[in-house]
Amino acid sequence: MQRLLAIWLAAFLGLPAHAADLTVSAAASLTNAFKDLAPLFEAAHPGTKVLYNFGASGALLQQMDKGAPVDVFASADQETMDQAQGKGLVQAAQRRNFVSNTLVVIVPNTATHVPKSVADLTQPAYQRIAIGLPASVPVGRYTKGVLEAGGQWAAIEPKMVGANNVRQALDYVARAEVDAAFVYATDAALMPDKVKVALTVPTATPVLYPIAPLAASPNAALAARFVEFVASAPAQAVLARYGFGKP
Amino acid sequence: MEGAWVALALTLKVALWATALNGVLGVAIGYAMARWRFPGREVLDAVFTLPMVMPPTVLGYYLLVLIGSHSPIGAWLIQHLGIRLIFTWQGAVIAATVVAFPLVFKGARAAFETVDAQLEQAARTLGIHELGVFFRVSLPLAWRGILAGLLLAFARALGEFGATLMVAGSIPGRTQTLSIAVYEAVQAGQDDVANFLVGLTSITCIAVLLSAGRLVPGRVAPRDA
Repeated sequence: MQRLLAIWLAAFLGLPAHAADLTVSAAASLTNAFKDLAPLFEAAHPGTKVLYNFGASGALLQQMDKGAPVDVFASADQETMDQAQGKGLVQAAQRRNFVSNTLVVIVPNTATHVPKSVADLTQPAYQRIAIGLPASVPVGRYTKGVLEAGGQWAAIEPKMVGANNVRQALDYVARAEVDAAFVYATDAALMPDKVKVALTVPTATPVLYPIAPLAASPNAALAARFVEFVASAPAQAVLARYGFGKP
Repeated sequence: MEGAWVALALTLKVALWATALNGVLGVAIGYAMARWRFPGREVLDAVFTLPMVMPPTVLGYYLLVLIGSHSPIGAWLIQHLGIRLIFTWQGAVIAATVVAFPLVFKGARAAFETVDAQLEQAARTLGIHELGVFFRVSLPLAWRGILAGLLLAFARALGEFGATLMVAGSIPGRTQTLSIAVYEAVQAGQDDVANFLVGLTSITCIAVLLSAGRLVPGRVAPRDA
């Protein structure tokens, strides 16, 4: 009976985590590229298993702030990483920028209206525009910055359909439920049959992705190696294949 | 915090509409299932009960595919009536209605089945029309069970999250209900906003349950969904 109970408990609680499980919290826009990186890293570090947790950088920060057991954090903007650093969550000394990206406006492939400039989006032809929620989603923060600088935020905010991460905004356009959306060039490139890039939007601050090991990581050495790995030539080649630029 | 009151008003509006729609649909279908015998009745009953056991995200996806602007229904609505359901509060009503439907339907069917069929037959022998039998005999006798189902459906609609988020999105002031506002405040690390919203939601739910207890004394089953 006792043995049965012990087996049941072990099954329920899960066997002790593998010593070399590496949990990486990464921005939603990195989903496809990072999934391709895992086998490379695991091959170079036998016995290691890379576990991913993708989401809006702001949401990932809140999870870590509330104590989520994470080893590496990759954010889509400097501000979220700055906040993580300000809270002492990450190893500031090992923080580095590893890729860059571009902000674009996309429309459904079937769209009859295609904006020629950001200002066009204030026209009545564009009723719903998907934008990442600026409070937690970096792509929304970049977008809001551009629109505020251009004086169009007040006109476009009422049309905004908030997205919880950049991939949700992409999905809204792919389903043609919104007239346009602000996403990264790398996201738009994933669905060429459903969305088309209308214009590239220059941002005041470049879209640079920082990565850093967590200060509380129990796998500090491995976490540091993963951070070095994403900057290595093989990893950069994978990232470039998805359209990410050099930092 | 002004946004919280807007979210509360929207949540109540959506839940009331969903309950009203279910009051018609759930009661009518519950009555039909209780009174008519036909092959496949229990299969149909299972289909109508599905929303209670299926993950709300699955329902949300079904709805998105069914009423989205790419779908035949969605395209027809846009072309002929100029109505879009995705990202509107009407879309949220449809999501909440579907999710809460089994609570009304199940309650109504059970309530109608406990009504003595002889009473209905007696009314018919007295020359009362079918519709009259329903409104003057069956419905008054089944009323308490139906009301209990409606109150549970209202409570369920108040808390709807998954299907609503997928169908109606999260547009502050237009489709952002209390539960979605809480989710977003937590994601953004706005703990003070989240605390206020959570308090408001809790008080609203307690008020609903207390008034439910008053309306149907002893007949509200504990929520175990």
